[in-house]
Amino acid sequence: MPVSPNLKDFVTQVRRDILRQVHNVNSGHPGGSLGCTEFFSVLFKEILDTSTDFNMDGNNEDMFFLSNGHISPVYYSVLARSGYFPVEELNTFRLINSRLQGHPTTHEGLPGVRIASGSLGQGMSVAIGAALAKTLNNDDHLIYSLHGDGELQEGQNWEAIMFAAANKVDNLIATVDYNGQQIDGATDDVLPMGDLKAKFEAFGWEVIEEENGNNINAVRNVLNLAKSKTGQDKPVVILLKTVMGNGVDFMMHTHAWHGKAPNDEQLEIGLQQNPETLGDY
Amino acid sequence: MKTYTNSGNIDTRSGFGAGLEILGDQNPNVVALCADLTGSLKMNAFKDKYPDRFFQVGIAEANMMGIAAGLTIGGKIPFTGTFANFSTGRVYDQIRQSIAYSGKNVKICASHAGLTLGEDGATHQILEDLGLMKMLPGMTVINTCDFNQTKAATIAIAEHQGPVYLRFGRPKVPNFTPLDQSFEIGKAVKLIDGTDVTILATGHLVWEALEAAKALTEKGISTEVINIHTIKPLDEEAIVTSAQKTGGVVTAEEHNYLGGLGESVARTLAQHHPTPQEFVATQDTFGESGTPAQLMEKYGLNAKSIVEKAIKVIERK
Repeated sequence: MPVSPNLKDFVTQVRRDILRQVHNVNSGHPGGSLGCTEFFSVLFKEILDTSTDFNMDGNNEDMFFLSNGHISPVYYSVLARSGYFPVEELNTFRLINSRLQGHPTTHEGLPGVRIASGSLGQGMSVAIGAALAKTLNNDDHLIYSLHGDGELQEGQNWEAIMFAAANKVDNLIATVDYNGQQIDGATDDVLPMGDLKAKFEAFGWEVIEEENGNNINAVRNVLNLAKSKTGQDKPVVILLKTVMGNGVDFMMHTHAWHGKAPNDEQLEIGLQQNPETLGDY
Repeated sequence: MKTYTNSGNIDTRSGFGAGLEILGDQNPNVVALCADLTGSLKMNAFKDKYPDRFFQVGIAEANMMGIAAGLTIGGKIPFTGTFANFSTGRVYDQIRQSIAYSGKNVKICASHAGLTLGEDGATHQILEDLGLMKMLPGMTVINTCDFNQTKAATIAIAEHQGPVYLRFGRPKVPNFTPLDQSFEIGKAVKLIDGTDVTILATGHLVWEALEAAKALTEKGISTEVINIHTIKPLDEEAIVTSAQKTGGVVTAEEHNYLGGLGESVARTLAQHHPTPQEFVATQDTFGESGTPAQLMEKYGLNAKSIVEKAIKVIERK
């Protein structure tokens, strides 16, 4: 299926939103956000069966949980542009009295967010709990979650990974943003994690690798493939290779922009590389 | 003086188990999770009757807290069960972010709190949990005194929307509160009226306070005893009213004097009615191995200590 011009435009606009949010407050995390833009865009526009009439319990709809909460700029942009709250509210990112906190929270009542995240390693457990609730409720909708690769250094993940396989939590699709970077450098330098595929498989998960996590078609295909693997007594994980900072040439392939905002000049370059499509907020 | 009869020694954790079983019967949304301590937490009846609603998470408390948070999304009311140490300090950030800050309706049920865990020693005897939990915004903190009250509290917290920490213990202790009581969160229970001194006790120290009141009465000291089963929200009105009447307060708890009931009471009195206060609590120390009775004696958490502190506070009036 060809990529609809619409979705390409959506992705480009989300990238602009990410850059403008972090630039406005000179803080936030553009690198991982840019790397996950295709994933979020495809997931929310084409995959998730959700209602934008937000309800915390999310019964009879798919749900998404962001575990690596620092990539809030992409989450907020995609939520806003999917109708959860006014796009203009992106102007308030990280400002005082905002619903758009530095890391996502339920505390300020922002529609679309069902758990606070930011302190890493907790989202897998939460997603599993939500998946178990769906099973108890005879609700055949799916739970999706996103995790950083560096985040897998947190031990709670492996408690959760073990539990999900042992309990055949097969209505869960976890995705790992496999960009190979974390704050202090490349994951291979900070704490090499070895063969993630083999690790997940050893724990009993269905593992799907995707090398082109910044290609809209590839992301769509891998998410649909993952959906087809649910309901088979195994949790499903997608190891999604992405490029941190994707779409802004000087931010790519480096951890330098993990948690740093562009200055005025850098913003202009980034915006030129991602021209306005759906209208800036 | 009003007296209370011990209907037989029984552990508070069994009160939790009994309450949980009733909840299982009454409320299909109640689910339970345990981290490899099902027998110790007395959760077997629930597990056997409602296996689909029981989740054995293994020795993985952090994961248990996260799963519990997730289960609330979809309308479940999760009760987690493990020892108090592993219910709090071990998983503080999981509770803080995924439960408290996220406003999730999780009931954290903690057994083997304090010194009365006994022979396992200090690694398991948490004396800091009340402080840890009461500092979390939005967290309700309850420490029940006997089987009947623990059972009633377990049932009551299912009706409360929001995170709750319910603390109880291991040893068999006197069961003296009414069999079928209603439990009102945040509402202190006055057990004995008195005019000379107030004893504010929580958990296992409530029975000791009743014993102390007997001894004090024999000395001609009119002693008021109030069961503060809810540390947060604290029944400030009951505390201030009693302090105004007696002019001297002793707090009694199986917890460090830093961060526990005593400090909450001191803050309340400092704000509303400054009153001399003495603390029956551990003195910023870890516990050790021993029988519960030996430990409570050594660390001064019994009726004898309460009597001494009551006399001392009266002298300070």
